[in-house]
Amino acid sequence: MSENSEQNGRKSSNKIKNLLRNFFTNPVYIISFLIIALLSIAIVYPLIKIAINTFQWSARDFIPSAVPGEFTLYHWITTITGEISSSLLYQPMANTLAIGASVSVLALTLGAVLAWLVTRTDIPFKKTLGFMMILPYMFPSWFKAFVWLIIFKNDRVGGSPGLIQYLFSVGPPDWLSYGFVPIVLTLTSHYYVFSYLLVGAALSTISSSLEESANILGASKLQTMKRITFPLVLPAILSAFILIISKSLGSFGVPAFLGLPVRYYTMSTMIYSSIGSGRPTEGYILSIILIVLAALIIYFNQKMISKKNYETIGGKDSKAKLITLGKWKKFAMTGAVGFVFIVSVLPVVLLLWQTLMLKDGDYSLSNMTLHYWIGDSNPDIANGYSGVFKNSTILSALKNSVIIALTASVLAAMAGLIIGYIVTRSRKMFSSKLIDQLSFLPYLIPGIALSAIYLSMSTTKILFLPVLYGTLTILILITVVKELPFATRAGTSTMIQIGGELEEAAKVSGASWFKRFFRIMLPLSKSGLFTGFIIVFISAMKELDLIIMLVTPSTNTLTAATFGLQEQGYPQIANASVAIIIFIIVVVYLVTTIFGKTDISKGIGGGK
Amino acid sequence: MSGIELANVNKYFDKNHVLKNVNLKIEDGEFMTLLGPSGCGKTTTLRIISGLEDPEIGLLTIGGKNIVNGEDKFYTPPSKRGLNLVFQSYALWPHMTVFENVSFGLEQKKMKKAEIRLKVEDSLQRMQIKNLMNRYPSELSGGQQQRVAIARAIVTEPKVLLLDEPLSNLDAKLRIEMRTELKRLHRDLKTTIVYVTHDQEEALTLSTRISVFFDGEIVQSDTPQKLYRAPNDLRVAKFIGNPTINLIEETCSYKNNQLIINSILGDFFADGDENVSDNITLSVKPEDIKIYSEPIGNGVEAQVYSVLPAGSETLIQLRIGDQLLTAKEIGEVNYPLDSKVWITFSFNKINVYDNKTGKLIAKEVEEQTKKAQFA
Repeated sequence: MSENSEQNGRKSSNKIKNLLRNFFTNPVYIISFLIIALLSIAIVYPLIKIAINTFQWSARDFIPSAVPGEFTLYHWITTITGEISSSLLYQPMANTLAIGASVSVLALTLGAVLAWLVTRTDIPFKKTLGFMMILPYMFPSWFKAFVWLIIFKNDRVGGSPGLIQYLFSVGPPDWLSYGFVPIVLTLTSHYYVFSYLLVGAALSTISSSLEESANILGASKLQTMKRITFPLVLPAILSAFILIISKSLGSFGVPAFLGLPVRYYTMSTMIYSSIGSGRPTEGYILSIILIVLAALIIYFNQKMISKKNYETIGGKDSKAKLITLGKWKKFAMTGAVGFVFIVSVLPVVLLLWQTLMLKDGDYSLSNMTLHYWIGDSNPDIANGYSGVFKNSTILSALKNSVIIALTASVLAAMAGLIIGYIVTRSRKMFSSKLIDQLSFLPYLIPGIALSAIYLSMSTTKILFLPVLYGTLTILILITVVKELPFATRAGTSTMIQIGGELEEAAKVSGASWFKRFFRIMLPLSKSGLFTGFIIVFISAMKELDLIIMLVTPSTNTLTAATFGLQEQGYPQIANASVAIIIFIIVVVYLVTTIFGKTDISKGIGGGK
Repeated sequence: MSGIELANVNKYFDKNHVLKNVNLKIEDGEFMTLLGPSGCGKTTTLRIISGLEDPEIGLLTIGGKNIVNGEDKFYTPPSKRGLNLVFQSYALWPHMTVFENVSFGLEQKKMKKAEIRLKVEDSLQRMQIKNLMNRYPSELSGGQQQRVAIARAIVTEPKVLLLDEPLSNLDAKLRIEMRTELKRLHRDLKTTIVYVTHDQEEALTLSTRISVFFDGEIVQSDTPQKLYRAPNDLRVAKFIGNPTINLIEETCSYKNNQLIINSILGDFFADGDENVSDNITLSVKPEDIKIYSEPIGNGVEAQVYSVLPAGSETLIQLRIGDQLLTAKEIGEVNYPLDSKVWITFSFNKINVYDNKTGKLIAKEVEEQTKKAQFA
C-alpha cells in the first residue's frame, strides 16, 4: 500500500518537474506570458483603475464633505442626472452619434462606389486614380479642417476671413463655417479611404466567374450586383463600418478646430475640456461612456459579420472581367477625377498657398512670401515667430515626432508579428486566445479616452514602473498600444501565409526558437513587417487625438505644436508644419511600398 | 542501435481521439511503412516519432532510450532524437539557396565551415543535384525540390529518417524513379526509415514491413508478402492490391470442426472454430482467376461483362449471377462481350473473412478441402 502511494508520489513529482521544464524551455510559453503581462499593465490595469477612480472623491473636488479616495457616486450622478448633464453629456453624445452615423453612411457609400469603379470597371488611369484615392489616408484628418477654415471661415468668430469671403465679400453662414456640416464632410473626405481599401480588397478577390454564372442564368447586371456581388463584399463593408465609426466617435482634431469656436461639443472635445478645466473625473466618466458606446456598436457589428462570413471566395487564377462603362465612362471619369481633386489635390494646394500668404486671407500675388518657411524672427510678423525651418521649437517638435513615429512603428510591427505568430501557431491554447482578445482591446477605446486614461496613470507610479509623464516613452507606449490591433492584424495575416512545415523543418534540424524566428519566420514575413510598420508610422506621424493631453513642452510633437499654433492664431506656421508632416508620410510610404511590397489593406481591416 | 518502439500511444486533438493504443516495434535498419487512407492516424504517428506532436498517453523509445512518457509529460525535443524528417510539401525555405537549405541543420550543430561544405556537397552529390547548389527553391522543378528535401534530411546523418508522403506531389513517372532512388538510399545509409503513404503499391515496393492504419489503430503489421497474401482484416484486403480484390459475400455453417461454405465458386470446407457468424466473405485476387473459353472440368460458368485492356495486362469483368468479378490476365486478350466463359481459381489463395468482425478466419483454403467435398 505505502509502497504504491510512494511510487505514485514520485510519478506525480516527475510530472510536475517535466511540466515546469516544458514551460521554461519553450519560448512560446514565456513570450505568451510576457505579452499577457505587458498587455495587462498597459491596457487592462489602466481601464480598471480609471473605472475605480470615477467612484472616488478626488483631491480636486471642492465639496466640504469630500475625502479624497473615499467611495462616492457623486460624479456619476452629476454627469448623468445633474444640472450640467445636458451640456456635459447628452448634447455632446447626441452630436457624437449624429456625426458617427452620418460619416459612416457617407464614407461607406463613397468608398464602396469608388472601389467598385477602380477594381471592376474599365475606367482609365487606374493606377494613378488608385494612388490618389488613398492619399487622404496619409493626411492628418484634422488637416482638412484647416483647409475647410481656409475656404469657409467667416469673420463672425474672429480672425481673418476665408477664401469665399475674400472673393465674394460675403461671409458664408455659420452652419457652413463651423459645426456639424463641416465636421461630417471633412471626416467623410478622410475616412472613405477605409471603405475604399477594404471593399476594394474584397472585390478583387471575388472571382468574376461567380458573376458570370449569374449572368448566364439570366440575371441582369443590376440583379447580379444586388444578389451576388453585394452579399460577398458585405463582410468587408461591415468591417469598414466599425473602423470608420470607431474612428469618428473618438475623433478629436476635426471637432476641435471646427466645433469649439462655436461651442459645438462632441464627447471627445468635452473630455478634453473637462480634464483641462479641472473636472478630470467627469472627463473619465465620459471616456468610459464613450468606450462602452464604441464597444457596443462593434459588438453588434461583429455578431453580424460572423454570421455573414463567406470563406470560399476563391479563384485566384480567374482574371476579373472588367465591366465596360460605355457611355457612362466620361461621367464616371469626371466624377472620380473631380472627387480626387477635391479631397486630395485642392486641400494640399490651398494649404501650401496659405503658408505663402504674408497676411492671412489676402490672395494677391504681392502678399506672397517665404517668411513662414525660412524667415528669421521678425517682431512685426506673427509675434516674432520665425519660419518653420528656422524655428527651434518646431524643429525639436519635428525631431520628437520622427523619433516617436519610428520607434513606435518598429516596436508595434515587431509586436504585431510576434503576436501574430503566437496566435496562428498555437491557436488552441487558452493563452493565445487571451492574447488575441487583449491585443484587440485598444480598438474599442477611442484615442482621446485612452489618452485620458494614460494621463491619469502616467502622473503616478504604477507598480514598479517609474513616473512616465513628460517623457517620450509614454508617447511611444500609448502609440504602440493604440496601434497594436492594426499591427497584429498585419502580423497575423502574414503568419497565416507561412506554412507551419517551414518552421517544423527547422525545428527538426535542431534550430532553437530564436534561430527559427530570426532565420526563417522573420525573413519570410518581411512584407508583413513593412506593412505593419507603415500603417503605424502613418498613424503615429499624424497622431493628435492620442497625445494632445500627454505632451509637455519638452516632448512636444509636430502635431501638438500645430494644434497650439492654430489655436493661438498663427495659421500659416501651423499649415507649414502640416505640410512637413504630409511630406514625410508620403515619402516614407512610397519608399516602403516600393522596397517592402506592402499592402496596407491587410492591416487596417476592422474587427477580427 | 536505432530501433523504435511505441507502447500504448494515444493522441487527442481536442476531444478527438485520433490514435488509439498504438503499439509498434520498428527494428533497427528497417524500412517501415505506415499505410492507410487519409485521416487514419499514420501521419500523426510519424509526427509523434519526430516530436512535432506530443501524445497525451504512451511511451516512445528510440534505440532503447526513453524519448516520450506521456503520463509524465516527458517529451524530448525533436532535435535531440537523432532523426530527420522529409515533409510532404518539402518545406524548403524559399529565401535560402539549395546550399543554405541543406547546410542549415549542420550550422545548428556548430560545425566548421569547411566540414559543412564537404558534407553538403556529398549529400547533394548523392541526390545528383550538386549542379543546382546556388539556385533558389522557386527555380527548381518538383522532382528537384524533392531531391533537395531528401538531401537536407540525410545530410545530418540521422539514425532514423522519417518521410511523410514524400512522393505524393510528383507525377507518375518521377514517382517510379524516386522509388528506385529511395530503395538504394535505404541500402546505402543503413538507417531506420519510417515512411508514410496512402499508396499501397508504393508501400509494397519499398518496405521491409508495413503497418496498416484504420481509424487511429494499427490493424496489421507484416511483411509486404504476408500482407498481400493474407490481409487479416476485410478493410486491409480492400485497401491492398490493384485492381482491388474480389469480395464475395456468402453464408456458411459449422460441422466437425470445419466451416462448410456454399458459394458461387463451389462448395468447400475450411478450418475454423465455432464462434464465427453465419455470414462470411471470400476474397479472390484478380490474378488468381483463370478464364477458359471452353467448358472445363471444375470450371464455373460466367459471362463476360466488360474487357479493359491496359497494354501489358487486361482486366476482364465477369458476372456470375448478380456477382461481379474482376480477373487479370497478362498481355492482350479479348473476349466477346456477353459471351460465356468458364473460370477456375487457385483455391489455396482464397481467404475467408467473418462479416461481423471483418477478421480473417481461414486463409489459403487447401485444395484438398475441395477434393474432400467431392470425395
